[in-house]
Amino acid sequence: MAGNTGAKFLTGLLVGASMLAGVAVGEARAQDTIKVGILHSLSGTMAISETTLKDVMLMLIEEQNKKGGLLGKKLEAVVVDPASDWPLFAEKARELISVHKVAATFGCWTSVSRKSVLPVFEELNSILFYPVQYEGEESSRNVFYTGAAPNQQAIPAVDYLAKEEGVQRWVLAGTDYVYPRTTNKILETYLKDKGVAAADIMINYTPFGHSDWQSIVAEIKKFGSAGKKTAVVSTINGDANVPFYKELANQGIKAEDIPVVAFSVGEEELAGIDTAPLVGHLAAWNYFMSNETAVNKEFIKQWQTFIKNPKRVTNDPMEAHYIGFNMWVKAVEKAGTIAPDAVIDSLVGVAVPNLTGGMSAMMPNHHITKPVLIGEVQADGQFDTVWSTPGLVVGDEWSDFLPDSKDLISDWRKPMSCGNFNVKTGKCGGKS
Amino acid sequence: MVLRRLLYALALACALLAPVQPAIAQADTASLIQALGEAKNYTELEQAVDALAATGDSAAVPALEALSAGALYTKKLGGAVLIGVERGADLALTDPLTGESAGTEPAGGYERIRVNNRLRRALRGAIGALTLLSPKPDVRQAAAEAVYKNRDAGALEILEEALAKESVASVRVAMIEAKAAIQLAGEADDATKLAALEIIEKRGGRESLALLGQVSANASPAVAEAAQAAVKKIQAELQWWAILQNITYGISLGSVLLLAAIGLAITFGVMGVINMAHGEMVMIGAYTTFMVQEVIRTSFPALFDVSILIALPLAFLVAGAVGVAIERGIIRFLYGRPLETLLATWGLSLILQQAVRTIFGPTNREVGNPSWMSGAFDIGQISLTYGRLWIVVFGLIVFAALMLMLRRTPLGLQMRAVTQNRRMAASMGIRTPWVDAMTFGLGSGVAGLAGVALSQIDNVSPNLGQGYIIDSFMIVIFGGVGNLWGTLVGAFTLGVVNKFLEPYAGAVLGKIFVLVFIILFIQVRPRGLFALKGRAVEQ
Repeated sequence: MAGNTGAKFLTGLLVGASMLAGVAVGEARAQDTIKVGILHSLSGTMAISETTLKDVMLMLIEEQNKKGGLLGKKLEAVVVDPASDWPLFAEKARELISVHKVAATFGCWTSVSRKSVLPVFEELNSILFYPVQYEGEESSRNVFYTGAAPNQQAIPAVDYLAKEEGVQRWVLAGTDYVYPRTTNKILETYLKDKGVAAADIMINYTPFGHSDWQSIVAEIKKFGSAGKKTAVVSTINGDANVPFYKELANQGIKAEDIPVVAFSVGEEELAGIDTAPLVGHLAAWNYFMSNETAVNKEFIKQWQTFIKNPKRVTNDPMEAHYIGFNMWVKAVEKAGTIAPDAVIDSLVGVAVPNLTGGMSAMMPNHHITKPVLIGEVQADGQFDTVWSTPGLVVGDEWSDFLPDSKDLISDWRKPMSCGNFNVKTGKCGGKS
Repeated sequence: MVLRRLLYALALACALLAPVQPAIAQADTASLIQALGEAKNYTELEQAVDALAATGDSAAVPALEALSAGALYTKKLGGAVLIGVERGADLALTDPLTGESAGTEPAGGYERIRVNNRLRRALRGAIGALTLLSPKPDVRQAAAEAVYKNRDAGALEILEEALAKESVASVRVAMIEAKAAIQLAGEADDATKLAALEIIEKRGGRESLALLGQVSANASPAVAEAAQAAVKKIQAELQWWAILQNITYGISLGSVLLLAAIGLAITFGVMGVINMAHGEMVMIGAYTTFMVQEVIRTSFPALFDVSILIALPLAFLVAGAVGVAIERGIIRFLYGRPLETLLATWGLSLILQQAVRTIFGPTNREVGNPSWMSGAFDIGQISLTYGRLWIVVFGLIVFAALMLMLRRTPLGLQMRAVTQNRRMAASMGIRTPWVDAMTFGLGSGVAGLAGVALSQIDNVSPNLGQGYIIDSFMIVIFGGVGNLWGTLVGAFTLGVVNKFLEPYAGAVLGKIFVLVFIILFIQVRPRGLFALKGRAVEQ
């Protein structure tokens, strides 16, 4: 794949050149604006998901400017395109911080891109808001995780299936990369702790963009015919989902028989499929577009006006950016400065409204509190919330179900200021 | 006198009673339907559904079906329960019991009654039990299947009644199986259960396996043992079906690979141009299909079923034209310089992807399946989908047409002449640059055709082509460069091998094994399965 990187580098160069041209103009009035970095892929495989997040950030910044900006200054968005190329993410992050001097960056989608930029943000001491559900097992002083940790998505979903649907047999199907593998490891331990036998768990991984699901769906059908209620827990990523659901419908697997609960399928992904045969399949998220709260309706209206398309949908990572951006604004106002150290300290404890009608707060482990919702796919491509946690759930960065991390906690308040404190040894730093 | 009065009274009572009986049932059903709207949570709703099912009144079926489809509404003021069909911002309402229209009202005044999976299962059973006595045989058949799946003991009585009346043989069998399933899952003596076991065993298939798996957990030793034996027998039978299934899935995957690769077999195989933008030609074909459907949806909705047929020639022309433009604009300057061609076409593929992303947006576009391409049918224990079947047929047709065109037409003759000996062909008066452009256009156009087929089973996104380019090259090289038959055999071989590996090795390892297999194969036969022979090769 060396050639691949080369060509992406070329596109990167082109984009970079055009960015530089933009900077030259922007520099003259740089003094009276606060710059906000947006680090989302606008080309390459991840553009399908990340472009929307860039647009939602532009909208949030525009709205904030209409309200008079921040600390008396206008906000200015700096958009760069890391082109779905993981090393390029690190380069672009460095450019945002060193060249553009952004106050904070909102970006990344895949875990590998986050891992790639993490050292840059730590080295240059800047702030990153990460809006996507992820596998946990990480806590950095410079990163604020506004997406769900596994205990805010995967574990409640499994609980729901076991309790409400009486599921006893589990298929853990995922795309072959770090998020599904870690999540499935956590779920496997969790299920075994609850007394599920190893023979009742089937784990299956597929490559990115897998498009021929015939035999895997047939395998699932076979696994599901052992006389016990079976469900599929899907961490299948992005593009592979459409053919997967099409094949499920083709082979006549209905949600009443074998329900599929997905962690990466939202309103955006369903927009490309005819959802009529999928009615009843589930997704676990912290936000659904169908929430009937006034604040959500307002948000949807704003978004559809901004993007000039009355049919565009909203989804969970967009809400995460909405929460993260408002938290950052509030923290900067509280600190009275955009200096990273002051903002990082004042962010912990900040609470802002989320779109499901509650308040989400930033916790000392740099994860936020969220409600967990289980929704069923409807014929119109929306989700109907069938279950939700009674209160908000605090994101748990170090899973209690992995032997390496169960003794670790994270607390970035002084005096502890530690992302991986081991409660057994009483020391900061290191897995047990 | 007294007698007369008594007779009179009796007659009156009879006259009164006769119409009263159904009137009570009607009122009962109506109030029970009303209860659907009053349920506060899923548990209460399920109780209301069960109560409706228990009446045995088939008049409740439309309400239950609407509920299952998410089309049952309650009026926010007054709480009347009505069936609603969305008409823009309005609801076209009908009474669930009488079927009379209740006018069209703004949707804002109504609330949809929500259902979850557990309720859908309960509804399936309830609707099944209530339609067992329907006058239509196919409805009765579906009802029996539903009862079989839910095996709700409450349906046994009505099932017996239906069975006694049933005259259609196939429906009768379904009902007997449903009865056996209820007996096996519920309470019954051993003799009944053993008899039921025999019926289920005869039925076979995955669903019977699931049922039998449940039996052995809570039955007497004799029944459990018999169930075990039946499970073994069905499993052994299914094993043979599994092999057959892998072959059919392999052929299906092979046909997709064939379609993706066959255009490349022309541009790369026949012309020798390493065209990395081949996948993007496939993508252009898929987006052409999307555009055609978009126009049909907005302007000629009646033509939707033939949208694919309309898209086929258009996709061929659009992709073909882009192909000719690429050949004239870029590739003709790079003949004989494979590395530069590779880089140039690959850069071009990125440009095309980004162009499509800018024009159509980065998200997937929905391409619908026409009715004759959706749905599935069963052969024994294998379910085949019409969509995949048509793609196999289409792949073979395209292959045959290309073969004919290369062998039997003047253009085909010229193409072969130019690729075998360019200078000799030129001396014979063939306009070689024109033939080059046409050949490349043909290869690209065929890729466009593949795009139409792939739009039916894969994402229509800017990345569509990327997923197929590596596989396409693999197949052309494996089959033997320059030989269409090799591409055909190569595609089906790799498809079937892949499908046999997948269940054992997993999809990721399966792909790796196929790659390793090809690497080893190329070591032994560097020119692929069907190597070209003769002087043309020596150039």
